Amino acid sequence: MLAPVLHILPLATIVRERLLPVPGDVKARLNARVTATDIVAEANWAREHVLLDVARTLGISNAAADRLLRIKVGDQLTENTLIATGSGLIPRQVRTPREGRVAAVGGGQVLLEVGEGTLQLRAGISGTVIQIVPNRGVVIQTAGALVQGLWGNGRTEMGIMENLMEKPDSVIETGQLDVSQRGSVILAGHCRDAEVLRAAAELNLRGLILSSMHPSLIPQAMQARYPIVALDGIGSQPMNSAAFRLLSTNAKRETAVNAEVFDRYGGARPEVIIPLPVASDPPPARDVETFAPGQQVRLRAAPHAGEIATLVQIQPGLTTLPSGLRAPAALVRTEGGEQTFVPLVNLEVVG
Amino acid sequence: MPTSLVETNSLLAVDVGASATRAVLFDVVEGRYRFIAVGQAPSTAEAPFKDIGLGVRAAIEHLQTVTGRSFLGAERNLIMPTQADGNGVDMFAATLSAGPTLKTAVAGLLSDVSVQSARRLAETTYARVVETFGLHDHRKPEEQIDSLLRVRPDLVILTGGTDGGASRAVQKVIEAVGLACYLLPSDKRPAVLFAGNQNMTDEVQNLVGKLTPALHFSPNVRPSLETEDLDPAMRELAQVFAVIRKRQVKGVDELETWSGGHVLPTAYGLGRMIRFLERTGSSGGVLGVDLGASAVTVAAAVNGRFRLGVYPQFGQGEHLGNLLQLTELDDILEWLSLDIHQNLVRDYLYQKALYPAVLPATREDQAIAQAVARRSLYLAMRTARREFPPQARAVRADLMPPFGLILAGGGPLGDAPTPGQSLLLLLDAVQPVGITHVMLDRNSLLPLLGVAAEKNNLLPVHVLESGALQNLGTVVSAVSGAGYGTPIVRARIQYADGNEARAEVKLGGLEILPLGLGQSAKLFLQPLHRTDVGNGPGRAWNGVVNGGALGVVIDARGRPLTLTADPVRRRELMKKWQWTLGG
Repeated sequence: MLAPVLHILPLATIVRERLLPVPGDVKARLNARVTATDIVAEANWAREHVLLDVARTLGISNAAADRLLRIKVGDQLTENTLIATGSGLIPRQVRTPREGRVAAVGGGQVLLEVGEGTLQLRAGISGTVIQIVPNRGVVIQTAGALVQGLWGNGRTEMGIMENLMEKPDSVIETGQLDVSQRGSVILAGHCRDAEVLRAAAELNLRGLILSSMHPSLIPQAMQARYPIVALDGIGSQPMNSAAFRLLSTNAKRETAVNAEVFDRYGGARPEVIIPLPVASDPPPARDVETFAPGQQVRLRAAPHAGEIATLVQIQPGLTTLPSGLRAPAALVRTEGGEQTFVPLVNLEVVG
Repeated sequence: MPTSLVETNSLLAVDVGASATRAVLFDVVEGRYRFIAVGQAPSTAEAPFKDIGLGVRAAIEHLQTVTGRSFLGAERNLIMPTQADGNGVDMFAATLSAGPTLKTAVAGLLSDVSVQSARRLAETTYARVVETFGLHDHRKPEEQIDSLLRVRPDLVILTGGTDGGASRAVQKVIEAVGLACYLLPSDKRPAVLFAGNQNMTDEVQNLVGKLTPALHFSPNVRPSLETEDLDPAMRELAQVFAVIRKRQVKGVDELETWSGGHVLPTAYGLGRMIRFLERTGSSGGVLGVDLGASAVTVAAAVNGRFRLGVYPQFGQGEHLGNLLQLTELDDILEWLSLDIHQNLVRDYLYQKALYPAVLPATREDQAIAQAVARRSLYLAMRTARREFPPQARAVRADLMPPFGLILAGGGPLGDAPTPGQSLLLLLDAVQPVGITHVMLDRNSLLPLLGVAAEKNNLLPVHVLESGALQNLGTVVSAVSGAGYGTPIVRARIQYADGNEARAEVKLGGLEILPLGLGQSAKLFLQPLHRTDVGNGPGRAWNGVVNGGALGVVIDARGRPLTLTADPVRRRELMKKWQWTLGG
């Protein structure tokens, strides 16, 4: 059976496509080195629109109004620009109420884009631009350690990682944060206190790597201006041991926290990347495997939810579980040495 | 067009759900269609797979293992038609519910007329209404455009104007939609379904035809102010759904090729079967319930009138993370049959939302899954009840209308380890009233039969007659104002061999009168204290009932069902009820 893969890798070639949601300008150049916070592409987008009904204002037909208009799509107009004048003794005029760009003309109407904003796309990972996607973005490649998470608040930053965790089920408290950590990425445990998120903001942290987060903190975390990643989801789960081991042994290294919002269909996931120097490219991370004995797996649900285990054997046919359900299953051995049957759909391969 | 049995025989039907993909084989045995076997595999619409074809082939391969026949040939393509060696199939059909919920904008004129109809229409598929336009909307056109640009709908449903009626106001909405489409990148433009004033179709074609990847027309959902006719638009919407999914999810186009264009939403397939069963003589109305990962689907047919409701917000998959915005955690906790800390229940909801395909492996997770399912289905039924056909009249506003037949399946209902667990979940959540026959669709066959009927209208008839669904039995649900512990029903069952069994059931009780599968018996019900068993307060009911896996179940626990506030007593009662229904 095909198996999804959770990436917890000490060293891999990591390739990420970074694309704008709308067409724009690609700023990065092919083969250029970028850092996670570099802007690789930009797009201008209109915050709002203004529709000018010229025909109605002048009391003429749509076709007549179209003939009067001396503007075309793309024209940049300043505020109060005259765009049409009617006829008669005291002719009525149609002027632009605000500065804007002409988005559409026709049917006796003019649609203006006003209040233009800029959408900036950051690299998300430090690496080399290996491909330019015209008008949309780039493909970046790097080598380093990679840990995928389950929840992110959509922000990206990088900094030196400080480890405040003693064990996988550590809980981060406000008192553990102090000015010495200003500007760093914090490897924290479970977060259940809104004060922690506030204190992290005051310290201008570059990122918070959590095992899990209490659901009541989601709105505040979404508003945070620094990236927050929950590696093992929303709730009170400890950090899985593989991620804990890998991250805690890489403290003091420069770490990129790309807290992308989990997109189950598009494939975007929050992730932590620690760029590492390599002499030659390590093997790329694989997204799909086939279940096989000997694999390291993570249990997605009880029993032992979130724990890392070793797949001992895939059971033939269907296995009756303690819940009474019958499903294709595998025998796994947890790190504590316990052997248990787990439905295959509750497993993901770590690799 | 009906197809002769002689012309084509076997049918392979595939349902691609949010968490599981099922491949079902129907074939002719002794001159009649039969359900032969089912193969199952995890669905692969989501990353990292992002191609439903992988899950479809895995499910078909499982079916091959079960049946010993080959359906996939070289390069894993479907073998069609059946070969001389017996491999392959003659027909293929597919239903689909996997994929993201469709963000939908609805537009019409009057908020309680055409806008309401558009909203009801959207509710017949896997959609979430994210924007509404109508005469009640006092925003400027550019504000409407900006809103559409912000929400980026996958689908816009345009209604409004009776045939030959108002057009100017409808035109303004269409213009706003057209301009929004124009401003969106071409790959982000929504599909548009126009189901309004039929005199405006040319205008709609001119205004948005070139600006949308898919412009569909259906007859007016409001041909007159007094008349609502959703049926033709529902059919068209089912097609639009498949078109949108083709753009969103890899592999749908291949299913469409295999099926000759017969890929339909799973909910639509279920709806077709419920309507079909009601038309073919099931008295007292038919209710269909599918407790799926992507949505809860409720289909109700009474006296030739039909209503389909699809509620993604109550689905048992990715939407569970938002369930606590629709209900209190305590309302889920009260359905726990085991003593489990509330934090574990909350964690379950969020983890299940991240991993919709996971199965409850422990007793505790199973108890949580069933408690969540009870609350979700209850909420979905409460929502659906408001839109039931007017012919479905409840004896009281806070109760369900009576249905003669309930067919249920999906998720925790279909997967429950015992028939008793499925039935108790259904009774707790749906809370039927009166006399109801209950059947369980363990293999999610109904939607597939619904879509198969388009290819062969004999097939669903034969398959249903063959006993492919699990017959749970007949349920008598009493409505009574008597006090707890007061006898409210005296029941006597007279078997074909002349033997009898009797029971006196008190309010709060749940009793079984044995009646095996395939057996019928005469049931005599004498209500006490003006209790209503389906024939009016205090009126006796006598009739022939059919048996099933659980016989005749008399549910006197009260309607609406209210649980005791004492958690220990409550869990004891739940265990007792479950034990009564065979564990």
